[in-house]
Amino acid sequence: MNLLRLAFKSARFRRTSLLLTVVSIAISVTLLLGVNKVNKQAKSSLLNTVSETDLIVGARSGPTNLLLYSVFRIGNATNNVSWETYEDLADMDEVAWTVPISLGDSHKGFRVMGTTTDYFEYYRYGNKEQINFDEGDRFTEVYDTVIGADVAKKLGYKVGDKIILSHGLVSANFAEHDDKPFTVVGILNKTGTPIDQTVHVSLAGIEAIHIDWKDGARSSVPLNAEQALKFDLTPTSITAFMVGLENRAFTFRVQREINEYNNEPMSAIIPGATLAEFWKTISTIEQVLFVISGFVLISGLLGMLTTILSTLNERRREIAVLRAIGARAVHIIQLILLETLIVVIAGCFLGIAMIYGLLIVARPLIVDRLGVDLAFSWLDSEQLLIVGGVIIGAALVGLIPAVIAYRRSIQDGLALKV
Amino acid sequence: MIVQLKQVKFRWPGQTSDIIDIEKLNIASGEHLFVRGPSGSGKTTLLNLLAGIHLPTSGKVELLGTDLASLASNKRDQFRADHIGVVFQQFNLLPYLTTLENVVLSCAFSQRKNDNASKSSEIETQAKKLLKALNLNEKMHSSPVNKLSVGQQQRVAVARALIGAPEILIADEPTSALDAENRDRFLDLLFQQAKAQSCTLIFVSHDPQLAKRFERSIELTEKYNVESSES
Repeated sequence: MNLLRLAFKSARFRRTSLLLTVVSIAISVTLLLGVNKVNKQAKSSLLNTVSETDLIVGARSGPTNLLLYSVFRIGNATNNVSWETYEDLADMDEVAWTVPISLGDSHKGFRVMGTTTDYFEYYRYGNKEQINFDEGDRFTEVYDTVIGADVAKKLGYKVGDKIILSHGLVSANFAEHDDKPFTVVGILNKTGTPIDQTVHVSLAGIEAIHIDWKDGARSSVPLNAEQALKFDLTPTSITAFMVGLENRAFTFRVQREINEYNNEPMSAIIPGATLAEFWKTISTIEQVLFVISGFVLISGLLGMLTTILSTLNERRREIAVLRAIGARAVHIIQLILLETLIVVIAGCFLGIAMIYGLLIVARPLIVDRLGVDLAFSWLDSEQLLIVGGVIIGAALVGLIPAVIAYRRSIQDGLALKV
Repeated sequence: MIVQLKQVKFRWPGQTSDIIDIEKLNIASGEHLFVRGPSGSGKTTLLNLLAGIHLPTSGKVELLGTDLASLASNKRDQFRADHIGVVFQQFNLLPYLTTLENVVLSCAFSQRKNDNASKSSEIETQAKKLLKALNLNEKMHSSPVNKLSVGQQQRVAVARALIGAPEILIADEPTSALDAENRDRFLDLLFQQAKAQSCTLIFVSHDPQLAKRFERSIELTEKYNVESSES
């Protein structure tokens, strides 16, 4: 019988106390891997929100602010861009396409975004992926709307349903555009980006519902849906617009030109660069979490040390018997080290199983609550390194009881403490 | 002489008097020796000296012509593994192994025992033969040792000590946990098997009643001397 089998059988004999240690190691491994995984997914889902868009242009503001409201629908624009300025800039030679966006309204907690059908044509996310329809098609009429996957799922909408938009971002009875209901004509596929939580309408639609509004309140002469259509529904201003260039090499030149635009103070940002910068600021949270998980691991390893040290007392007799049979001191060291390794490797496997179990159970919940989709993936090299580090750390910790057992076995000799 | 002790003295560092002080002790090959000593007379220390766990403070312990002090500590461990079998008072067995595994384990640490035990057949066959000779039937071989009675466990310990034909068997109070009837049966089987393997038996106990069953008995007195008497 070799030592490994002996260590296995011995560990199995004391499984109750060791099992708790295995669980505590597993929890720290789950935490470490979980933080790492969530961090990576959050990063990729953040950086994947927009692709192929060379510039995002809005009224002058900080780059992060512009990024947050135009791409993530978080916060508000400080100012609008006039329609003339938009047309002027969209006309630049280097510009291949533009997608105007107009924000400000909402529907049951979801943001409403006015845009053109070019949005479905040019907008890309993830790995240059286009927005696809799960059902229906693009909007054609003024009162048509295309809703994101989450909106449809959460509110249970189907193509053909009528919805009422609210003025502003807080739904309140007195600020409903209830005189001009919209018809759902399309439902988008899930993208894992803020698109899923957006209600898309045409710019004309945005214009139409506000035609009889003034300074955030309904005017005294209401116009119904039909009457509104008779007016010119070209917007006077938009919130921001996305720009695709003929050639990516023009990016910096066009950016500078827009930033120095004379008629109106403008800001143009490169989404990739701003996203990366934004990620840097929020990744400190991840580092803090990682450090906390590290401490959990240390406490787990100390727990294991305590358990193994306390079992050494029960094992004095076992060790004396082995010594009597002819086990050398080095065998005793190996036996204790092997036990440590068995415990920690079992802990790592359990931890990995727990993270995948958690992933399966919690994935829908996390997507729902945080909008971060934790895709299934095998451990990457960094995560394997974490697991390897845990095992090496445990082996080092295991040297302590091993050396103690060795020294005791020399002292005790064949004297059995009954 | 298979065991020779010459002017062996032992004391722990810092102690003022010797625990062991043996002028001379010779044990012949195949001899069954009874060592009687009350508790505190240094019985366990003597066994540790014979097994090469401790080295004498002065004097010489020779087993099979080898001076134990001349061996490095891992060589002494190997020497013990190869040439000595040990039976304790109680709790001889590893509780997480079966009866058979406990016996076979002896050969795991000694190539010599391994070779001896597998000379004519497989080690496990040899172990089963020994167990059967010690009145432990086939059903008990695969059962966990804590299912066995104390008397049965002590016999398993004898099988483990004897497998692989070591020259010397050291027994430390192996019968103190047994009742009189079990004790006599245990001794019968122990003598019978030791004789069958022509193994030298060194049997230590505080119980003077056992002495009459041995060819020779010596006494570890509280004066830490050995008095020899033939019986």
